[in-house]
Amino acid sequence: MKNQVKTGKQVSAWIGAVLVLGVLAAGVFAPLLAPSDPLDVHMAHRLAGPSAEYPLGTDHLGRCVLSRLLYGTRLSLFDALAVLAAVFAVSVPVGLLAGYAGGRTDRIIMTVIDVLLAFPGLILALAVAAMLGPGALHLLLAFAAVWWAGYARLIRGMVLQLKENDYVLAARASGSSHLRIAFDHILRGAARPILVLASMETGTILLSLAGLSFLGLGAQPPVPEWGVMLSDSRPYIQTEPNLMLFPGLAIAVSVLGFNLLAEGLREPGGPSRSWRNSFGGAAPKRSRAAKPAASARIEAQRGHGE
Amino acid sequence: MTHLGVVLLGVSLITFGLMHLAPGDPAEIMLRANGVQPAREAVEALRHSLGLDAPLHIQYLNWLGRVLRLDLGVSLATGEPVAQELRSRLPATARLALCSILVAAALALPLGTASALRPGSLLDRLGRLVSLASVSMPAYWLGLLLLFYGAVRLKWFPAAGMDGPASAALPAITLGFGMAGVYIRLIRAGMLDVLGRPYIRAARARGLRAGSVIVRHALRNALLPSATLLGLQIGGLLGGAAIVETLFAWPGIGKFAVDAIYAKDYVAIQGYVLLTALIVAAVNLGVDLLYRLLDPRIKKI
Repeated sequence: MKNQVKTGKQVSAWIGAVLVLGVLAAGVFAPLLAPSDPLDVHMAHRLAGPSAEYPLGTDHLGRCVLSRLLYGTRLSLFDALAVLAAVFAVSVPVGLLAGYAGGRTDRIIMTVIDVLLAFPGLILALAVAAMLGPGALHLLLAFAAVWWAGYARLIRGMVLQLKENDYVLAARASGSSHLRIAFDHILRGAARPILVLASMETGTILLSLAGLSFLGLGAQPPVPEWGVMLSDSRPYIQTEPNLMLFPGLAIAVSVLGFNLLAEGLREPGGPSRSWRNSFGGAAPKRSRAAKPAASARIEAQRGHGE
Repeated sequence: MTHLGVVLLGVSLITFGLMHLAPGDPAEIMLRANGVQPAREAVEALRHSLGLDAPLHIQYLNWLGRVLRLDLGVSLATGEPVAQELRSRLPATARLALCSILVAAALALPLGTASALRPGSLLDRLGRLVSLASVSMPAYWLGLLLLFYGAVRLKWFPAAGMDGPASAALPAITLGFGMAGVYIRLIRAGMLDVLGRPYIRAARARGLRAGSVIVRHALRNALLPSATLLGLQIGGLLGGAAIVETLFAWPGIGKFAVDAIYAKDYVAIQGYVLLTALIVAAVNLGVDLLYRLLDPRIKKI
């Protein structure tokens, strides 16, 4: 039984890795793979079906759908990765600091995090981007400014747990500096759950970014971004349903890849389970059922509520 | 409780600060709403009448005082009070949210329970597949697909707007399907855990029927974490509602906010952000109180 679970996990990890690498390669090699220029308008060939020249047909301006999809990877996926990098650049040091330092520092950081988490993330990011004005860069900034809080909280939770390990105590006893302990010992211990988290959240960020572009609040036409392409296809839903099929599929397949990869990377019983629990996510076997999410909440409220 | 107060204070500070993120002066933005560069004197006069020439902390206190009297300002786009605009649209969003939670429950309860009863079975795999699809599927794409099949091809449901119960079907399925995935996993994990407990065996040993043990003894306890998650997810639900409401022209606060962003109606955006944060805070407080009722071991909130 246990063996079965393990192979199942490995299969999803492999499928996820293949999907993710495939999409990444599509983005990197887009100039080589794309049959035509993604911005080339050919009104004579508009809304054409698949052909040798346009393998997936053309859109309402006669642009090659396949080329736009390939180049779209560069915007949709690479923007999501950029947001992820920015988010982790903030949340890892902040979470590390809060968990490791504890006390007053922890309380102040956690209060800021709780305030940010009181807002629906997508809505606050939307509002910040709206205030800053349209543009992909503003959207990236808005996402990074809002999205870091949840991760910082999770990373703090991991650090709190890892801090109690004997090897940390040993490192402290042997006179290692705080910085060295925090980065060398604790962060390394949290590397795997952070990787799982990163893989899963790339999918979420990609979904949100493309969603905002779909609403016309993110990337702007004519750029070949998947959300923009979906939005472009809306007026033709009755006559050319194929147009909305491919960009949506591209988003769904990419997100699925990251989710499968995250699922496969998570070790059963490893440290990753603690953060899933604290988020109320899929709880692996535990001795007391209703407790995990509840106790995490109560702990969160109590720890810095006095 | 003090903690809630501190969080609400922070929420008000951020919401107030949002207005000052916009490039340029709020008075100028308000006057420029119709696209014409306003005269200097007009901007100065409006600045004075809005109290924008006062120091920032006085401005904040004034704003807070108005908010506490439920005055969220006047929409730049419609000229109506924002509080009134939001109040008239809130029931539509509440209806959509409720319907989507029902859709999510209709998927997650049977699938989560069945997966836990027979781990590794066909139903368990189906549950895993549905939950993977649910978390990977873009809601706006699912919405488009449903629009195409449900409204364009089959003509079973209206494509847009809110009239009659049938109109809620497509948006609620779109939003509910996206929520269902995590609950399937959560209910499955909770059930697996509860089913191994001694009191379940005791109930079976007393001769109670399997169905009643599963529903009345096991499921009830396995559902507790889902209640917490619903509290945590309410923000995500409101964010998703903004996209789905826009797609289906559902007259709720989410569509109002997206329209406000198009119209650069900063006052309305600010009001909407504040309202959603308050809803999230209220729902989470409600979940905490509910827990205190359900679990007497928890004394303090």
